[in-house]
Parts: sequence; structure tokens; C-alpha cells
Amino acid sequence: MSLTIPICFQVIQSVLLILLAPLFIGWISQNKAWLNNKTGPGIFQPYRQLHKLFFKDPLVATNASPIFRITPYIYFGAMCLITAIIPVLSTLLPFSYVADVIALSGLFALVRIFLALSAMDIGTAFGSMGARREMLIAFLTEPALLMIFFNLALIHQSTVLATIVGNALTHTLTINSSISFAAIAFIMVLLAENARFPIDNPTTHLELTMTHEAMILEYSGRHLALIEWSSYLKLLNYIAIGVALFIPWGMTTLPVFSDLVLSGLFFLSKLFITGSCLALFESVSAKLRIFRVPEFLTIAFLFAIFGVLIQLLGIR
Amino acid sequence: MTVVYPIITILGIICYWFILGIMGSIVLRIQLKYLRSIFLLSSIGSFFLLLYSGLSLNQTSSNIVLNLGVPGYPFHLHWDPLSGFFLVVLSITSLGVSLFSSDYFRHLTFRTQSMICFNYHLFLASMAWVLIAADAYSFLIAWELMALSSYFLIVAFQSTQENQHAGFLYLLIAHIGALSILLSFALILQGQNDFSFDHIRQVNLSSIYLNMAVLFALIGFGAKAGLLPFHIWLPEAHPAAPSPISALMSGVMLKIAIYGILRISFDLLPGKEISWGVVLLIMGLLTALFGVILAAMQTDMKRLLAYSSIENIGLIFTGIGLSQLFNASNHTQLAALTLVAVLFLCFNHALLKCLLFLGTGSVLHATEERNLGRLGGLISRMPWVATLILIGVLGMAGVPMLNGFVAEWLLLQSFLLSPKISISSLIMILPIAAAIVVLVIGLSAYVMIKFYGIIFLGKPRESHLVKVVDASALEKFGLIWFAGICLVLGLFPIILIHPLINIADFLLHAISPASPLFQVKHSWLFLVPIQAERASYSPFIFFCVIIAFYMILFILIRTFYHGRLIRTHAWDGGYPGQTARMQDTAEGFSQPIKQIFKSFLHIQLKVPAAEDKHPQYQMYAADRFWYVLYFPLERSIFYIAKWISKLQHGRISYYLMYSFITLLILLWWVL
Repeated sequence: MSLTIPICFQVIQSVLLILLAPLFIGWISQNKAWLNNKTGPGIFQPYRQLHKLFFKDPLVATNASPIFRITPYIYFGAMCLITAIIPVLSTLLPFSYVADVIALSGLFALVRIFLALSAMDIGTAFGSMGARREMLIAFLTEPALLMIFFNLALIHQSTVLATIVGNALTHTLTINSSISFAAIAFIMVLLAENARFPIDNPTTHLELTMTHEAMILEYSGRHLALIEWSSYLKLLNYIAIGVALFIPWGMTTLPVFSDLVLSGLFFLSKLFITGSCLALFESVSAKLRIFRVPEFLTIAFLFAIFGVLIQLLGIR
Repeated sequence: MTVVYPIITILGIICYWFILGIMGSIVLRIQLKYLRSIFLLSSIGSFFLLLYSGLSLNQTSSNIVLNLGVPGYPFHLHWDPLSGFFLVVLSITSLGVSLFSSDYFRHLTFRTQSMICFNYHLFLASMAWVLIAADAYSFLIAWELMALSSYFLIVAFQSTQENQHAGFLYLLIAHIGALSILLSFALILQGQNDFSFDHIRQVNLSSIYLNMAVLFALIGFGAKAGLLPFHIWLPEAHPAAPSPISALMSGVMLKIAIYGILRISFDLLPGKEISWGVVLLIMGLLTALFGVILAAMQTDMKRLLAYSSIENIGLIFTGIGLSQLFNASNHTQLAALTLVAVLFLCFNHALLKCLLFLGTGSVLHATEERNLGRLGGLISRMPWVATLILIGVLGMAGVPMLNGFVAEWLLLQSFLLSPKISISSLIMILPIAAAIVVLVIGLSAYVMIKFYGIIFLGKPRESHLVKVVDASALEKFGLIWFAGICLVLGLFPIILIHPLINIADFLLHAISPASPLFQVKHSWLFLVPIQAERASYSPFIFFCVIIAFYMILFILIRTFYHGRLIRTHAWDGGYPGQTARMQDTAEGFSQPIKQIFKSFLHIQLKVPAAEDKHPQYQMYAADRFWYVLYFPLERSIFYIAKWISKLQHGRISYYLMYSFITLLILLWWVL
């Protein structure tokens, strides 16, 4: 099999995801606005925001080190790399063997660590507070995430996303109770990792509540634009991982372009629905106190481990 | 003759180090300026050892008998892939540490310098000797030499009471360990006079004695490695010792203890017991979790690193336990995979801990400050040290593209394969063990961010930090050596993995020499432990893609927008009166950990009363084991001693009466 078509697929998928990420955020905030009975800024608002930020001059503190300036690029680069690894439109990706899910979560850890370091770099009170909260959430989510992957590795004998998706697509559809536990846990982890509602408020700048925003408080101009865009991409990547793990149907496994268009439509409709659901969920839930976060994530971990135990009992 | 060649070379280097130590200590008494050349000569010895042991890693084992020591008990020496690997660890680390030390000790007095020079080289030589010893007798001699020389290195530096105390604690635990190892060998040999390892391999033991021997070995080597509850010497000894010595002790000596455990449980004793695996796994997990939580609470940078070493040792023991479990349930291939992960962890920890300890040494030299709360903002004053330590910190935090992640990834992959163990109660528990491992890895990222962020980032917390200068050239070379190896191994882990597979095969007595692990096309690029469909990871592609995106973005932004940048004050929510004291301190940064893991810690709080004119808040988080185990133990010993001392009156009439009563009792007993 020639590599031309997979490479085309690869490029199309990555470019599509990178360009689509702000639109998805726009869709979520538009939905939230509708739910609040407001008109909303329109779904293209994030693009305007990014454009504006790229134009502005970045202000950098005098004592900022190179870590502060390099972090936005690392963040964006890592997120773009992840878009190439997750099967979104097709499983025929040359990059899919570059990392399995554990290495993917390692990449998320990489950007998190750089963000935390850059937050501490300027030496402000907010920065280090954000860094410590972010690291707190991180070490609590990681065990839950591993248990989810453990579960899927038990079912599919693999941790490579392309193999998992291929396996799920070729086998007959079975409702697996352990998978549903894993899916609930995954949604909880997704909310925590992407600074979404019960854990963090993505729009607030109130010192008692912010986590992610506290870390990036000192950024401005193109640096902030890159960070914002990367965090949009991060949410989209997480949702794409969720789609690949739990609802992969509609993805193509053949090197045919018409199938690619079809699977693209499938993916867009899935995004459409998840975006609305996310907005609905965020509108009806309240933010947790920071020390309630461990409880929330312990519940996620318990769900994930229930999934694994059910799966293990099933094997016996 | 070719068969014994490796041992002869290694023996030569041991002698070289020994002679260098003696000559050096004499020369330094006369002329101080030779310090640098002595340590450079020592690093040349390490270089040859590295070259030699590295090149002969895939050779078969060889033996030699030296007729030294007590007549009738010759020294047996051997060389096999396992010793070879640990010799590589020893030589790589000692090379960098010697380079660093050649400048580090220059400020000391001649007495201390010659003392350190002698003990340093004795320490290196004895560690190499432990690794090639092939009988219980010479093994224990070398082991004791190692303990004693490192004791003198701890106390030689400064003769404060704290250092003496730390030294005694270390010596005490080292000897409990040594006695335990002696007991273990005694149980295995059961009065037979042939102490050689070849003989031990053939001993047939009943299962009780076998289990007892393994238990004592675990206590003995665990005490040296810092396994719970014997870990208490590490956080005391490391701050007391000079940084290069801490680096050697943490980077190499702990690995020698791991070598001992591997030697005993995989090579010498043939048993395949599930229970050993379970004990090792549980002890490892507890140690790792406890170590990392306490590391997060520390405010002294060297204590923090000491607890972080405890955590790493815990992870290594966890891996050994898992490998034992696989081996006991006849999944030799998976056991080999886990062992590869374990050995990789050992290698990483040696490199990274040396890098970090040496880095703290540079910081200590520049600032004379060990307390995290009085440092800060050093990245602009010490850019070299800060950049090199950043590599170490990222490696420790388990970030992809560096070596730390590779080992953790392999360990997790082997945990994911644990359902193949056919014991249902175990496979239910192993996922939770894997979750704890991930928790520990996540927490260690927290610890490392705290370590780096508070020392190097932010604003300087004390005014004198503004005048700090970077490390000297040779110190930098030492750091570059470690950071460079970490980077290379992180991007091309396969370099190390091939020799590790050989060692795993050797330890597991695998019949087919090449187990079907890691056999894929493009293996230099992709790390594929089992099959490409199962799991794969390519750090080099990660690196290339991120660099490529960096360049593309850089060009795109400058083409379509602009590259202007304005330097100004920090914003911080618009508050103008911010000072360096408003940054998180070490205590502040670890506050969430304190909240969540309260039960692991012994916390002493001093909260000011409402009417205090100068309110002060004090928090002190201590190691629980002191309060639960060691202080009660100490009290009970003193209590017993007090009762016994009531017999001692100092009057001759009492003592005469004692001997008379003893005589009566003995007579009554005999007749």
C-alpha cells in the first residue's frame, strides 16, 4: 500500500482539527449564551479574539526567563502533535504509532509541567498558586486516566488508539458495562483536565476560583493567543480521544477519499452534540471548592476502577 | 586467558583507585594544588572502567579466584552481565562526579581534603569490588568497606553535632543491614564452609529457610536502599554529606543495594515464589508513596532529593516485585520486560539524582543556602546550572523525550500486561498497584516543579542572591556529562534497551537467548516492547515535530503579524506593591499535599493567638516513622537500660554478692 493517501489523510486531519478548535469553543459558548437566554457573540468569536491577540504587542516581565517565552510554542506544538496521533477521520495514519495512549498522557503532562514552570517564572503570587492547583488536579486525574486505559487495554489488547478504533469498528457492536463506567470516568477527567466547570471556571478571573487562568495571567499578545488556541486544541483533543475510545463509529478504515468526507461529517456531528451537552452540563452545575476537587476525582477513579474490575470478572 | 580478561581489568582499576586514594591523601597533606589533578586522574579511571564494562556487556560470565585474605578462604571474583551493568552505572556516574568534585572541594582545608580524597576513592573501589565479589565472604568485606568509607565521607565535611548524629544514624542502619545480610548468607549456607556463589546456587534449602533467607536479604539490602521503615538515614545523611558524596551515595550506592537484591532473588536462590513478588511489590509501593509525599513537604533541597530517592527506590522495588510475579507464573518474557524497565529505572535514577545533587552543590556553593525558602530567581544568575538542572527535573518528572519517561512507560506497559498472571486475587489488585505507581509519578512531577520553581524561578527571596555567580567550568562539565546522557537516552532509548535485554535473559535463565521483545523494524526510532499493534512510542519524532512546529509558528507569526516584544513590570492582577516575599514558599507550595495526605505526616502546628502582638504561624511536617516507631523504640530501650542500671551500684560488696549468687545458681543447676 502506498503511503500517499495516508499522508494526505494525516495532513487533512491535523489541519482540520487545528483550524476547527476555536470554532468548537465558539459553539460551546454560543450554546451557553442561548441557555442563559442571551444572544451570544456568534460562533466565530474565538477567531476574532485570536486575531486581535496576535496583533497586540506582548508585554513580558523584565525578570521573565526563556522558559516563559518558549512555553506557548511547546504547548502549541505538543497539541498539534497530538492531533496527528489520534484517529479522528481515519485509522490509516502514519503517525498513529508514534505514541500510544500512555505516551499521549505523557505529552499532556509535558505541557502541563511547562505551563506550571512558566507560571512560577515571573514570581507573582497568582502564578505559583495556579501552578500548585494545576499540579494537584493533575496528579489526581492521572490514576483515573490510567485505569480507563487499563480497561481498554484489557478489551482490545492494545494501547495504540488506531488499533483500538480498528478493533472496535471491525467487531460487532456490543454494549459493554465496563466501557460505560470508563466513559463516565473519562468525562469527569476531561472536565478536570481542561479547566471546565465543576473544577475550574474557564471565564473567571476571580482569585479564589481560578486555576488555569491564574497560571497564564502574565501572558499577553501572541503568547496568550498561542496558549488560548492550544487550550482550545487540548479540549478538542480530549474529546477526540473520548470519541475514539467510546464512540468510534463512522470512522473510515479504507484509503478512500469519499469515505473520508463521510467520516468527517460523522465527526462534526459528534462534536456538535458533545459541544451542546458540555454547554448544558456547565450551565446547570456549580463550581466546586478547590478542596472538594479530590473527592470529585476520587469518584472518577472509582468509576474507572469499577470498570476494570467488571472487565476482569468478565474475563474469568 | 581471554576469559578472565574483564575481571583483571576491573581489578586493575580498583587497585588504581585505591592507590590514587592513598597517594592523593598523602600528596594533599603536602601540597593542596594537586586536588584537581587527583580527581581528574580518578575520572580517567572511571572512563576506562566505563569503556571496558560497556564494551564487554554482552560477553559471557567469567570467574577468577584470588588467593588473598585468610588462608583457606580465597576471594572469588566474577564478571557477568548483571555486574557489568552496575559497573557501567558506577563508572558513568563516578566519571561525572569526579569531574565535578575536582573543583568542588577546593575551598576545604587540607586535612578535610585528604580525608575526603582517601575515603572517596576507597568508596569507589569498594563499590566496584562488591559488584565483582563472587563469594559471601569477600562480598561482605567489600560491603563493610563501602559502608565505612561512606560514613567517613559524611562526617568528614563538617564536624557539627548534626553531622555526627546523621553519620551515627547511617552507621547504625548500615550495620543492621549488614548483619541481616550476614544472617541471610548464614541461613543459606547452614554451616557449610564453601562461601562461593557457585556453591550457593546449588544449595538445596527447605522452603522455610529459603523464605527466611530472602526476608533477611530484603531487610539487609532494603536498609541500604532506603526501603520503609529503614529509610530514615537518607534524609539525615544527604544534607550532611557534601553534594558530590550525596550524588554518589544516592546515585550509585543505593543501586548497589538493588544489585544485591537482584543477585539474591533472581540469580543465587532459584525459587520462583509468588509471595516474594507480593512482598516486594507492596513494600515498594508503600515506600514510593511515602517517599514522594514526604518529598513534597520538604523545605531543605537536599532532604527533598533524599526523599525523592526513597520514592525512586520504591518504584524500583515495585518493578522487581512485578517481575517476580511474572516469573513465578511462568511468563518469562513479561518478567524480562519488567526487568528491563527496572534496570532502566536504576540507570535513570543514577544519572538524574547525580545531576540534581551536583546541581544543588553548585547552588550551595554560590548561595550557601540549603533552605528553599531563601532561594529563588537563580535562573538569571546561574543560567548554565539552571538549564542543566531543568533537564534533570524534567527527567525526574517523567516528561516524554527524556529518559525518566521511558522507564516509567515500560513499567506501566508491564503493569498493563499483568492480567496474564493466572491468579485471580492478584490480578484484581495489580490494577490498583498500577494506579498507585501513576499517582507516585504524578506526585513526583509536583515535587520536581516545587524544587525547580522555588530555587530557580521567580524573584530572589533574599537580597544577597542578586550577586550570585554561575558554577565553574569543571563543575559545568560534570553537569553537562549527566544532562547529555539523559537527553541522548531520552531520545534514543533503544541504545540502552538492547544490553538490558541481555541482562534480563541472563537473570531469568531464559533458554532462547533473544527473547522476542523489542524486535521491530526501525527499532532505533520506535520503542516497541511487544508488538507495534500493542504499544509503541517514538521520542525522537516527538522532538522533531515539536521543533518543527516551533519554527513554523515562529516564521508564520512574524510574516503575518509581527515580532515585537515589550519588557515591563510583572502585571499580577494590577497590584503595584508586590514583593518577592509574596511568592509561594516551599511550605506554601506543598499545602495541598499537606491537606490531602495528612495521615502520612506528623504535623506540628503553631497557630498564633488572637491577642498576639507579633503573630507567627509555624508548621513543621515530620516523618511519621520517627514518632510511631523509632522514638518509642528509643524510649523503651532507655527504660530497660535504666532498670538494668539499677544493678550497678559501684560498691564492691554488691558485686561480690552478685558473683556469689550466680555461683550458687550455677551449682544448683549443675548438681
